[in-house]
Amino acid sequence: MENIADNFPFVASALLLAVAFYIVIFRKNLIKLIMGIAMMASGVNLFIVALGYRTGGNAPIYTDVPPGPMVLSVPQALTLTSIVINVAVLALMLTMVIHTYRNTGDIDSEKSRKLKG
Amino acid sequence: MDFLVTNAPILIVALPLVAAFAIPLISLSRGGDRGRNVFSLAILGLIVFLVAILARDVHAVGIRVYTFGATAAELAIPHGYTVPVRIIFEVDGMSIFMGLVITIVALASLIYSLHFMKGQTGQARFYSLMFLLYAGMMGLAFTGDMFNLFVFLEIASIAGAALAAYRTNRADAVEGGFKYIVISAISALLVLFAIGILYAQYNVLSIAAIAHFMQHTTLDMIALGLLAIALVMKLAGVPLHMWAPDTYTVAPAGTTPMILAASYTSMYALYRVTFTLYGGLINTTTIGWIVIIVGVLSMFIGVMMAVHQTDIKRMMAYHAISQGGYMLLGVGVGLAVITNPAALANYGRDAMNGGIFHIINHVFYKALLFMTAEAIFFRIGTRDTNKMGGLARNMKWTAAFYVIGALAISGIPPFNGFASKLLIYETVLKFSPVLSVIAMFVSLVTLASFTKVFYAAFTGPELPAYKKVKEVPKSMIIGMSILAAFIIFFGIFPGLIVNTIVAPATNALIDQAGYINAVMGAVP
Repeated sequence: MENIADNFPFVASALLLAVAFYIVIFRKNLIKLIMGIAMMASGVNLFIVALGYRTGGNAPIYTDVPPGPMVLSVPQALTLTSIVINVAVLALMLTMVIHTYRNTGDIDSEKSRKLKG
Repeated sequence: MDFLVTNAPILIVALPLVAAFAIPLISLSRGGDRGRNVFSLAILGLIVFLVAILARDVHAVGIRVYTFGATAAELAIPHGYTVPVRIIFEVDGMSIFMGLVITIVALASLIYSLHFMKGQTGQARFYSLMFLLYAGMMGLAFTGDMFNLFVFLEIASIAGAALAAYRTNRADAVEGGFKYIVISAISALLVLFAIGILYAQYNVLSIAAIAHFMQHTTLDMIALGLLAIALVMKLAGVPLHMWAPDTYTVAPAGTTPMILAASYTSMYALYRVTFTLYGGLINTTTIGWIVIIVGVLSMFIGVMMAVHQTDIKRMMAYHAISQGGYMLLGVGVGLAVITNPAALANYGRDAMNGGIFHIINHVFYKALLFMTAEAIFFRIGTRDTNKMGGLARNMKWTAAFYVIGALAISGIPPFNGFASKLLIYETVLKFSPVLSVIAMFVSLVTLASFTKVFYAAFTGPELPAYKKVKEVPKSMIIGMSILAAFIIFFGIFPGLIVNTIVAPATNALIDQAGYINAVMGAVP
């Protein structure tokens, strides 16, 4: 099944990563930076899930299984774990931005900066 | 005893995790503060014992594998399979070396924090996060598969960032913590992307199995590049070091040494990837040179940035970057000549010994220095060296510990920094004299910079504002004296330490086949 359409998920994940890196490097608003990291996480997750897809494979659930090969569900498990971890990371980042706003009254990375040199 | 040794790897990671979630509950009860402190110390004491017996076992018997969900370690590859599908911990000489470093630093930090944190709000969460960070680092050191490397890297990052931003009422603290979590999140995602690339090709996650099947294709090289960038970013190597001064500066004292140790655990992960995962590569020389160049840049730029700092912890943070360069230089030389047996026996192995020995030495003396800096902050409320003066009159212990740390970092005998730096100078001289000269020059500048701060902070006339400054409380002195004792002990008996704990770590890194066989040995 060599099909152009098979590669769409990989193209999408590459696009997501490219846009995410652009945001993380060039945007000064801290909330946008967090959105960039969320996009980066989505890009990587999409990449791993797309790797795990097998045409014609069955989900490894042993009741009522149709004939044919089953898929080893490691990539899906990895993605779930990674999503959970990223929720924790994003939540922690957002609380820090709230504290930054309270302390400095700004969420622009240039204006709220205290540490230099 | 046998049962304990067999299960030590999982207990060492599981106990602090349980403790992390039990501590907030214990703190709720009446007289909770005292109970929590006793509980934390008891758990950490138990873990120290477990690490000690595991270290003895690994040094005597060899690599110890712990397989999750199986009755025996050999069942990492279940019956009827040819690849390891179970999650494993694999503890070799290098892992247990990192385990010892982290555990001793954690013990000193915890004891130091007992008084340091007294009366502050949110203590329960503070100790919770300390144990979480400890569990993350130990897991990173012990893990035998790539995906758990990512998971533990994230656990350590989240806990570390939350600890760095612990003083949320200070804008600079939140900023330092935020930088750390952003850098950590990006580097962890790069690691995950690289894991995806590796999994796509080999359909396994275990480090030993990937190393066994490794083909060194172009995709593998891309994965190596991603892993290297991510881990150099996490260990604060120049040019990806910009977060380190901010984060180390603002973290509360008990935690700065822990975050420092977390950086070197990432360095351990880098060594694990370059030596074990990609060992036997045809052009290890190129990769070795890249490590050397990152090391020399870190050494030089770190120290140059440190000289003109007026914030005492910020100065020490830049020195931490600079000292990290020594470790990369030593191990990089070993990596560059690993395919050349004559050069490896002549100086490569000793260079790696020096680089790895420097990890433990540096973590100890830099942790001590950070603690003295924060002891000053604890008493006078500023980190600005221009506002300090004459503190040695009232803070004799702190001044003495500062001198020990400063002499150790500058490589003056009989302290531990001298032992590892001498090993690095001698061996690098045989590899490339120019690099050795740079290393010595950096050491001199380090001495100058620490002497300057010593005069500014501790000597001179007594300032009227600091007339009533007292010595820091006892638990902080005990925490610092544990590290000082290790520094002097390591400095007086360097040969003993190199032979007992450092050489097994070096051998573990060089012996890629041993690491693979410990898991894949059962494959027909």
